[in-house]
Amino acid sequence: MSPELETASHPETLRRVAIEPLSRVEGHGKVTLLLDKDNHVRQARLHIVEFRGFEKFVQGRPFWEIPVLVQRLCGICPVSHHLAASKAMDQIVGVDRLTPTAEKLRRLMHYGQMLQSHALHFFHLSSPDLLFGFDSDVAKRNIVGVAAAYPDIAKRGVLLRKYGQEVIRLTAGKRVHGTSAIPGGVNKNLSLGERDYLLNDIYQVIGWCRDAVHLARQLFAQNLVLYNGFGRFSAHTLGLIRADGAMDLYHGGLRARDMDGRTLFDHIDYDHYRDHIHEQVKPWSYMKFPFFRSFGPDEGWYRVGPLSRVAQCDFIPTPFADHERRDFLAFDGGMAAGATLGTHWARMIEMLHAAETIKELLHDNDLLGDDLVATGERRGRGIGVIEAPRGTLIHDYQVDDDDLVMTANLIVSTTHNNQAMNEAIRQVAHQYLDGRKLTEGLLNHIEVAVRAFDPCLSCATHALGRMPLEVELLDAEGSSLGTVTRDMQGFC
Amino acid sequence: MSQAGSKAGRLIIGIGNPSRGDDALGPLAIERLEALNPPDVELLTDFQLQVEYLLDMEGRVEIIFVDASVTGDEPFAFIPVVARSDRSHTSHALAPGALLTAFESHYGRPSPPAFVLAIRAYAFELGEGLSPLAANNLDAATAFLEAYLAGAPRLQH
Repeated sequence: MSPELETASHPETLRRVAIEPLSRVEGHGKVTLLLDKDNHVRQARLHIVEFRGFEKFVQGRPFWEIPVLVQRLCGICPVSHHLAASKAMDQIVGVDRLTPTAEKLRRLMHYGQMLQSHALHFFHLSSPDLLFGFDSDVAKRNIVGVAAAYPDIAKRGVLLRKYGQEVIRLTAGKRVHGTSAIPGGVNKNLSLGERDYLLNDIYQVIGWCRDAVHLARQLFAQNLVLYNGFGRFSAHTLGLIRADGAMDLYHGGLRARDMDGRTLFDHIDYDHYRDHIHEQVKPWSYMKFPFFRSFGPDEGWYRVGPLSRVAQCDFIPTPFADHERRDFLAFDGGMAAGATLGTHWARMIEMLHAAETIKELLHDNDLLGDDLVATGERRGRGIGVIEAPRGTLIHDYQVDDDDLVMTANLIVSTTHNNQAMNEAIRQVAHQYLDGRKLTEGLLNHIEVAVRAFDPCLSCATHALGRMPLEVELLDAEGSSLGTVTRDMQGFC
Repeated sequence: MSQAGSKAGRLIIGIGNPSRGDDALGPLAIERLEALNPPDVELLTDFQLQVEYLLDMEGRVEIIFVDASVTGDEPFAFIPVVARSDRSHTSHALAPGALLTAFESHYGRPSPPAFVLAIRAYAFELGEGLSPLAANNLDAATAFLEAYLAGAPRLQH
């Protein structure tokens, strides 16, 4: 941790810079920097308005509604919430093992979600920064600029995203707000025609994913010093792992390693997550700060997501992705596996793994089966954990005798990464902003660091007219010295 | 990449989260249109636009985005969309103009004509229904849209 940049000793004497993307009515992120008179950064904090209200929103609802209802939590990864809630509700109806058809259909849906989410992030959210440079011409640093300079890359991003969406549509029953995962199983299988439709393109998709891994590697290698050092910090890691140590993004036990790679706990039944993970509240943030109980709040924070998953699994159970994992871990003496910008490379390895897994599942006739739902004895508590695109996602519910949800606790990936993202921006603020006049390009460095985590800042509403980015400069007394607004066209 | 089925001439996309107050205006407008089953129209809803929607736009005669708007005219505005490059690529949602620009980049030709039906919205609380004012605006906007699809003269807003 960088405590010296978390809380300044005399904030009243400092100048405040707020980077506030008001891209949503709620669920937005804001970065505040306190600068002294010489533009030295004395405090850096990332604030994300969390959706705690949703836990209250689901209280009193029948448990069987929850897998569909929770998709309204997030327009970015509704499938992850759908499946995490479904896993929790499996426990509520007393089911510990799904039928093969149900589990494989859910897995197919999940890996489709992983593919489309990672494609969107790399090709459209991050590629403008990565291909043109963090402080390159802002007018060019967008997907239109990418399409003009790298048309094949832009087109592949669109088509990969679309393929993942098609997997979701056919497995979830609907393009948006699917209904197929239900407590104890699924309510539809895949038809032969649907299976063949997806098979038509999967080999092309795998080829494009391999190219994307190589592009991410090339970008890292070409900018080795920058990529190794940018926002770099050491962190413990957390993620699900299969019983044999393989990467498994749908189900497994909890594995945690310390920042030196030593195992802290392994194959822990996630029903006992509260024995190992606690959450801290800080007065300056709406979002909680999870930490490993054994280390305490100051030293126990950790990182989840692609970088942690690729680094801490023993192997990836698909051949192309595992080959790329080994290359990634060996690259430059293992430096990429601890680099904030190494996350992009790891994300592409996971995208390749998702594509290979989809191919394997599509060749499994269990997807066409009719045994869709298992049953069991009703329980009062259900916990579902899944590896969402951004990291570990925990859903924890208690249901009363009338089948109504009494309590809910959701720890989303972005919450797990709260302290890690704060650490990244502090490193970047220290490395790039300290003592310099602030420019759009320098402030974009902060956004690049946050964006590497692909935080889910948009788990709320969308409305026209709410898309500016505001940077406000305040003096020590809190008076505004001026405001710079980045609207849809750029800075003005 | 494979394409499934033939396309309707007109595409209407309702944008918004049904569980967040007036943000539900777009999906609710689509729900009302679904009950009417207008011919040669495909109706979609989503939380937000993303780049893959350009594939849905291809081959259409016209595209209409229906969305809640926190600014602009009451009860609604019906506005042509102009392709424009903006900063919405940095978030998980694209503005309609940015989507048109992405279409033009992807296909190398102008997009089909597109409009936004921007329905004035006021409140976005989780778990709340439409505010009374927004409900009135939805009535007016959907009446306009029904008439527009039926070929009636366009109202001025």
